[in-house]
Amino acid sequence: MKTLFHQWWDSDVGYSFRTSPTAIIAALIALVCVVCALFAPWIAPHNPFDLTTLLLDNARLPPSWSEGGNPNFLLGTDEQGRDILSALMYGARISLAVGLASVILSLLVGVCLGLLAGFLGGWVDGLLMRLCDVMLSFPAILVALLIAGVGRALFPNAHESLAFGVLIVSISLTGWVQYARTVRGSTMVERNKEYVQAAHVTGVAPLRIMRKHVLPNVLGPVLVLATIQVATAIITEATLSFLGVGAPPTSPSLGTLIRVGNDYLFSGEWWITIFPGAVLVLIALSVNLLGDWLRDALNPRLR
Amino acid sequence: MFAFIVLRLAQAAMVMVTVALISFMLFQYVGDPVVFLLGQDATQEQIRELRQALGLDQSFIVQFWHFLVNASQGEFGFSLRQSTKVSVLIAERFPATLELALVAGLLALVLGIPMGVYAALRRGSFLSQVFMMLSLIGVSLPTFLIGILLILVFAVTLGWFPSFGRGDVVTIGWWTSGLLTAKGWHHIVLPAVTLAIFQLTLIMRLVRAEMVEVLRTDYIKFARARGLTTRAVHFGHALKNTLVPVMTITGLQLGGLIAFAIITETVFQWPGMGLLFIQAVTYADIPVMAAYLCLIALIFVMINLIVDLLYFAVDPRLRVDKSGGH
Repeated sequence: MKTLFHQWWDSDVGYSFRTSPTAIIAALIALVCVVCALFAPWIAPHNPFDLTTLLLDNARLPPSWSEGGNPNFLLGTDEQGRDILSALMYGARISLAVGLASVILSLLVGVCLGLLAGFLGGWVDGLLMRLCDVMLSFPAILVALLIAGVGRALFPNAHESLAFGVLIVSISLTGWVQYARTVRGSTMVERNKEYVQAAHVTGVAPLRIMRKHVLPNVLGPVLVLATIQVATAIITEATLSFLGVGAPPTSPSLGTLIRVGNDYLFSGEWWITIFPGAVLVLIALSVNLLGDWLRDALNPRLR
Repeated sequence: MFAFIVLRLAQAAMVMVTVALISFMLFQYVGDPVVFLLGQDATQEQIRELRQALGLDQSFIVQFWHFLVNASQGEFGFSLRQSTKVSVLIAERFPATLELALVAGLLALVLGIPMGVYAALRRGSFLSQVFMMLSLIGVSLPTFLIGILLILVFAVTLGWFPSFGRGDVVTIGWWTSGLLTAKGWHHIVLPAVTLAIFQLTLIMRLVRAEMVEVLRTDYIKFARARGLTTRAVHFGHALKNTLVPVMTITGLQLGGLIAFAIITETVFQWPGMGLLFIQAVTYADIPVMAAYLCLIALIFVMINLIVDLLYFAVDPRLRVDKSGGH
């Protein structure tokens, strides 16, 4: 483990990381968010879902530093007396989980289809690429909303875990197109190279060539894309939840928290909305910055 | 050129038929209209009669054909939730969304292009860096959050602008316009800015990138060498060539504006199609969803088509290639 880290640290990518203040700051912010989310049950000061500890007396308290604040609730409380800071940690946990799950799902689908399209060519390629064109001509959020809506109509009394399933599927079904196109492009280049020809000649099965020979060589750009897509997926999830078709209120993500807080904006309780919003932006911004840095670091022309 | 147009028209028709098929299947397989109309405790006889009356006993192809004919006349049946004709519901809401999208689109273009040009010409200057920083934030901020922040600052704290609704509207025939009253303009400011910000940052970054690229080309160097004024080089030569790709993306983004209007309309309770669609999604109101889907697809396909044709008209290289190039 240690040697692996040292290898990375001494590599070109590691060097470019060490010398880029933006990348270091972004990585630190992302790390803090991930750790808070991952260990929420252990480090959160309160359990926002334990109904027995909630007191309505504590409802809508402002942040502790402003007038009327309670030092027990650093960032204030919401309308049910839940601690905002703890709700944020649990919410970030759900947002990150849904974001990562949908990126992994769309990556799997996209890479497989892109590999097939690029490697086989012909009508498979034509069909898949037309499908991509149609998907790309509609904004992702619209497609995601539509799938979420159909999911709701199909399973009207959806169980909570099913709601998350529909959410993840609706986000990933819009994300795979990007991977498919990227992978298809690089596969078409790799396909004609000599090592692939050689594998063909020595009688390696096409599926094995795709998996063992072509795949490792087309994964570079996919990695960059996946990083940036994490931010996109988290924002899409938050948007869907804000619109009321995402994470259920019983296990709120950051978007759900913003949606709930939005109702209290006019009565002056800004902290219920603004803190989840700020965390969302911090996560999205840091992941985007990391993605930008990774793209430059992996681009040999810029070295 | 002619073959190209025919091909594009055929593609557009294919997309529309595909979308219509998806909407039709939504009608067909998601939720049973018979159960919905008759309730759970209807007799077999009643169900059979209604199925016949609605034409549900006919074959898939025949039903799809009826659906296509009806849809092309804007007929999508009744909303499940509001027992009003879907076409009436959409016609009521359409002007609000279109006005919002147009105002936001104009705002994005009018501000985005000059900002992008400036950032490209004065690279490294303080103002360009500020523009680039703002655009990075604009890209990272989700639309709904921009709306909430604007409401918090300009509606709740400062009280300058109203935060919901369209204000006073003037009815002209079936069209309702908020752009003819002072109150209407007052109400459109915050939603339009919210909707415009993302597009603005996108257009600005695109114009800057394209312009920087164009400024490096040989013909710009040659134009400079010929002794043309900087002004003529920048705005006569460079900007003109920058705007071709910008036009394509902007056209596509206009469709994006209508889609993102869903979010903006929810934040500002703007009585447009987006709000209607969100309500339809929340309550699984399939006819409204299907109609909205078809309408949006139509708008997108038309915009794509127009942009492609415009591209053809603007870029002479494409014409040369097709007619006498080979």
